[in-house]
Amino acid sequence: MSVLKLKKDMKEILFFCMVILLVIVFISPFMVMVLTAFKTNSDAFTIPVKLLPRKWVTENFPAAFAAIPYFKYMGNTIFITALSVFGQVMVTPLVAYSLAKIKWKGADIISGLIMATMMIPITVTMVPLYKIYSKLGLTNTYIPLILPTFFGKAFYIVLVRQFFNGIPDSLIEAAKIDGANHFTCYWKVSLPLCKPILTTIGIYAFLDAWSDYLYPLIFITKPEKYTLSLGLQQYMSEYTVDWARLMAAALVFVLPVVVCFAVFQRNFVEGIATSGLKA
Amino acid sequence: MKTKKSNRERKEFLYGLLFAAPWIFGFLAFSVYPLLSSLYYSFTKFNAVTAPKWVGLQNFKDVFNDPLVWKSLLNTLFIAFVSTPINLMVALLLACIVVKDFKGRGLVRTAFFLPSVIPMVAATMVWIWMFDPTYGYINNVLALFGIKGPAWLLDAKYTKWALVLMGTWNTGTTMLVCMAALQSVPTSYYESAEIDGANAVKRFIYITLPCVAHVIVYQAILSIINSFQYFQQVYIIVTANSGVKGGSAAGGPENSILMYPLYIFHNAFTYLKMGKASAMAWLLFIVVAILTVIMTKVTKKVTEDAGGE
Repeated sequence: MSVLKLKKDMKEILFFCMVILLVIVFISPFMVMVLTAFKTNSDAFTIPVKLLPRKWVTENFPAAFAAIPYFKYMGNTIFITALSVFGQVMVTPLVAYSLAKIKWKGADIISGLIMATMMIPITVTMVPLYKIYSKLGLTNTYIPLILPTFFGKAFYIVLVRQFFNGIPDSLIEAAKIDGANHFTCYWKVSLPLCKPILTTIGIYAFLDAWSDYLYPLIFITKPEKYTLSLGLQQYMSEYTVDWARLMAAALVFVLPVVVCFAVFQRNFVEGIATSGLKA
Repeated sequence: MKTKKSNRERKEFLYGLLFAAPWIFGFLAFSVYPLLSSLYYSFTKFNAVTAPKWVGLQNFKDVFNDPLVWKSLLNTLFIAFVSTPINLMVALLLACIVVKDFKGRGLVRTAFFLPSVIPMVAATMVWIWMFDPTYGYINNVLALFGIKGPAWLLDAKYTKWALVLMGTWNTGTTMLVCMAALQSVPTSYYESAEIDGANAVKRFIYITLPCVAHVIVYQAILSIINSFQYFQQVYIIVTANSGVKGGSAAGGPENSILMYPLYIFHNAFTYLKMGKASAMAWLLFIVVAILTVIMTKVTKKVTEDAGGE
């Protein structure tokens, strides 16, 4: 009996050791970012390399903000992100409602097309989009970055449609018997019910816009129009990179995302888990 | 009676169309139009300024005769077929851990998923720093075990393995999908297997794997498709290393991490060969489309084999 128990205990200890080791491995890059941000640059470049700063300093943060127009870039990023989130949250449920709750022939066709658009590589569409935006004089504006968010993104529509499918039709039928048309059904019945999934969409949209790199890279070439994701690169264009300063800048860029993730973790996890299973 | 019904149908149709209108418009403007004009551009020669000029199949000839296209294709296939199985195994391992019921499980799941929410730009920069041959953490940790680490991102022999390593860190999304799949396996299966005396390994092979097979196959193909879009990390790495000895702004040391999408980007926006870039892009599109069709077929078949769901 005691041997069995010992064996079980051993197994459990082994399991926990493995878990702790994996956790360390998985958070280590993030920890490296944090720890380097609080080192002096000469500390980061001193052999032997120490995990913890020899001396904790905060000088990297003001230095990072001064080296590039950091807050201007942050303002640009916030502006784009806010409008993108607004666009996605406004439009996604509309389209999803059409697919889930209105009985019309187009619903199935569009559902199929939506899945297909998810697979179109950006590299295929980027040249024509660049061409047309530059013809319209819209490069170096934020329109190419924001405009697409007002037409619904496939992945978000699929998520909200699934949510709508879970709402019983009888609710809408009941409202219709009371003389409501689809606009009223949507606005008064369906939309209030889908607040949780809209929060999820909002978070995803925030994350997407905040970390977007390829679109700004293609459409924004004027340094004063950069987003933060593009701006970070400026620390690296120097001949020797001041890594402590760069990590401080990156940390401030990453922090809103990490905080948002920490607060809304549930939404993240559920959104991904359900979408992946249904596929 | 009939007209009344068709009247109602027509009304529903109009409502449906109206609600879906934003997406339909977006689909035409941001998918159909670019796809078709990209196809047209692939038969033309132009840069950002000049108008497209018809050149027939010249771009496709250029693509097939360009050794760098083949090199970038091989590099991309390396990521697709080395990274994918490794990432899936890691994701499945992590999923098996976080479906277990233990204290601190939520925190562990957060730790595993955290890398997936960190913006790629910032994450890639941290990795470049960690891969630094002298001052980076990775080689210094290896040194603790008496191993002399390679120059990672500066040595053509190791650059792709560095990317594979970076990829394993980013398996959070796949982990969550696997986790949901594992949770959907009925516990009664395990109970009866346990009564029959099947051990943990056997239970995993004979119950867990078949039950989640369709999800794994789907994720595998999705991961291969995503490898064909592998861009951001390598772009940041090659730009960062362009000033360093042995680095190259185009595709890293000896073009070892010149990925296919990166080469498209260079052709389009660095060399301004937009026709050639479009030809490359369309070839990519065809490959991705075929993979997508295979993906849906395979998933359907595996799901049916598993008894349908």
